[in-house]
Amino acid sequence: MSETKADIINRLQKEILSLQDFKSAILPSSIDHALGQIKNAFPNKIFPLGAIHEFIYNNPNEAAATTGFVSVIMAAMMQSNGIAVWICAKRTIFPPALKQFGIEPDKIIFIELKKEIQMLWALEEALKCEGLCAVIGEINALSFNHSRRLQLAVEQSKVTGFILRNQIQHLNTTACVARWRISSLKSDIKNNFPGVGFPKWNIELLKVRNGKPGIWQVECIAGRLHDLIKSVPDFNELQLKTG
Amino acid sequence: MSKRFVCIWFRYLKADWMVRKHPELKNIPFVFTAPDHGRIKIINANIIAESEGIIPGMVLADAKVIISSLLHFEDDPERNEKLIKGLGEWMIRFTPIIAIDLPDGLILDATGCAHLWGGEQNYLYQIKKKLNDFGYHIKIAIADTIGAAWAAVHFGNNNSIIIKSGNQFNDLALLPPAALRIDLIITERLEKLGLRKIQSFINMPRASLQRRFGKMLLKRIDQALGNEEEFIIPLHPVEQFYERLPCLEPIITATGIEIALKRLLELLCGRLKNEEQGVRKLLFKCFRIDGKIEIIAIGTNRPTINIKHLFKLFEEKINLIEPAFGIELFVLEAPVVEDYSATQEKLWQNNNGLDNIAINEFIDRIESKFGKGLIYRYLPADHYWPERSFKRAVSINEDFQNKWKNEKIRPVHLLQQPQLIEVTAPVPDYPPMNFRYKGKLHKIIKADGPERIEQEWWLQEGQHRDYYYVEDDEGKRYWLFRSGHYDVNKTYQWFIHGFFA
Repeated sequence: MSETKADIINRLQKEILSLQDFKSAILPSSIDHALGQIKNAFPNKIFPLGAIHEFIYNNPNEAAATTGFVSVIMAAMMQSNGIAVWICAKRTIFPPALKQFGIEPDKIIFIELKKEIQMLWALEEALKCEGLCAVIGEINALSFNHSRRLQLAVEQSKVTGFILRNQIQHLNTTACVARWRISSLKSDIKNNFPGVGFPKWNIELLKVRNGKPGIWQVECIAGRLHDLIKSVPDFNELQLKTG
Repeated sequence: MSKRFVCIWFRYLKADWMVRKHPELKNIPFVFTAPDHGRIKIINANIIAESEGIIPGMVLADAKVIISSLLHFEDDPERNEKLIKGLGEWMIRFTPIIAIDLPDGLILDATGCAHLWGGEQNYLYQIKKKLNDFGYHIKIAIADTIGAAWAAVHFGNNNSIIIKSGNQFNDLALLPPAALRIDLIITERLEKLGLRKIQSFINMPRASLQRRFGKMLLKRIDQALGNEEEFIIPLHPVEQFYERLPCLEPIITATGIEIALKRLLELLCGRLKNEEQGVRKLLFKCFRIDGKIEIIAIGTNRPTINIKHLFKLFEEKINLIEPAFGIELFVLEAPVVEDYSATQEKLWQNNNGLDNIAINEFIDRIESKFGKGLIYRYLPADHYWPERSFKRAVSINEDFQNKWKNEKIRPVHLLQQPQLIEVTAPVPDYPPMNFRYKGKLHKIIKADGPERIEQEWWLQEGQHRDYYYVEDDEGKRYWLFRSGHYDVNKTYQWFIHGFFA
């Protein structure tokens, strides 16, 4: 009897998730492979595609770490000749560097727009465009209404959006499926050899819809994330912190 | 079907234009003058002055004897061409092929146009009425050949003449030889011989006519009779793919414009589809009642005949059209088309790459909304110097041969300009111990390098760079370089150039 109950709950949970647009079984296996343990934080243990992810950072180093992490995910998504659009005010990306994460830099279309309002329009149009596999927008001010519009756009088209937000004054609520903060950590090098080790990041998943937020420390080796220690944070504390 | 040509002669072009500009001159005799051999000669007179016997070529002083209050303006010899060109552009509503006939005439290829106005009579009437409303005095004629129409306009008795198809011989016969558009010298020679009507020499043997009056006369006779085709140079070269939509009532609203645009797009795309062509550039022209033309243009990255997409591109620009008192004619032109077949489209629809139709349509929309030059794609370039190691793609789907280099780790974010930093370095060619950037001191714990990147002297002169990949005590990773060799005189400088992930 108890077994059937668990089954029913499981089935209902899946139904609810599908109603909330967590279908996302498009090509997640390669992403989940690249992500390692982090995938466990998501519903069904699948990285949500066809949704908007929000990244926040405060300084150029965090920005670089965020770009690195997004590149790892994008590389997995763009494997089969996919095209991504990168919308920004002024390009800071050094295209040849993306190659080390497994992205063909020529497969990214950069769009440079001056005003945030123009960027939001372009972002929405890009997210509606079914031929793209990922859209990255460097947008600082994202109101709840805007994020809702973007979320509605991706629900139609199944394009995945990444919003990178720099130095935001107050962290508002958005309709994004997840909020991340990536910062760099001191790299490890065995036996005190000279030189710098593989990039090492502290990945904070501050919010995730229907999932479990968490903090991971990972090393990025050849476009794949390797977990170091997994610390389970106090759920309530994290909720308080992010609002 | 035989061709039909309309000739229009603006008898008092400049004077009518002057009255249009200054309505108070309407009932006053005036002339245009220009100095000639120390005298002031009359170039043009208006209709009132001419009825008093003042004709072009007269000396102004003589004319003043006839009308003492005669007004005179200085003549602008370039004015005629400007006016006649403007009128020609306006006349495009009656036929797409219009040529100007300097100094004061227009030639319209009206083949297959007149029936749209309910016959030639009404066609000529409409043209004449419109131009008369503007204040122009005109003479107009329609005939099978340009020569016949021209002769009728300049030497006929009537203001509006229709020469029936094949009837040009009878109409020409009674006109003077000047009606054939021949040189003054030949006309004078003909006059001298008493050949004052075309009928008196038109049947003479061709060989003798040629011997006495030259080839030109024969050519002109043939052209007037239709034995030899005459070509005109249209004011606007006619586009191959071109659709027009005249309106019964002037259109003022945006909705009306949208409907017109949709209908034209359907017509044009239908035609293009049959001929396996796709649009790369489109012009949408709106002809206003007051004679002005409003134009909006769009471009695409791939040939397309997708009406929905093309309409979306135009949609952003429709509010730029100023209808004023209304638009009476819409024209849609495709100046640039490329081979394109509908079967091809299916091939690209599910394609993931840069040829994907949805992506190209998205790019078209961005370009038409915000302008060109905002969308970039980067390709590898064969240089080690970081700023030159990649280049902008010329077009969005440009292909390339060389490969992205991946042997050395590179920073994901690169500063637009390397920025000067202060460093403490212990020994030459060692990485620095610490550096100060934006007022903050960073202690370097780990470092890789140096990696020397030389200047490409054939492109740019200057110092080489020794790059270090460093990590500070907080785990932040930077790309620093020393410009030039380490030496005692400290001629080198340190810079920060990028941030690693």
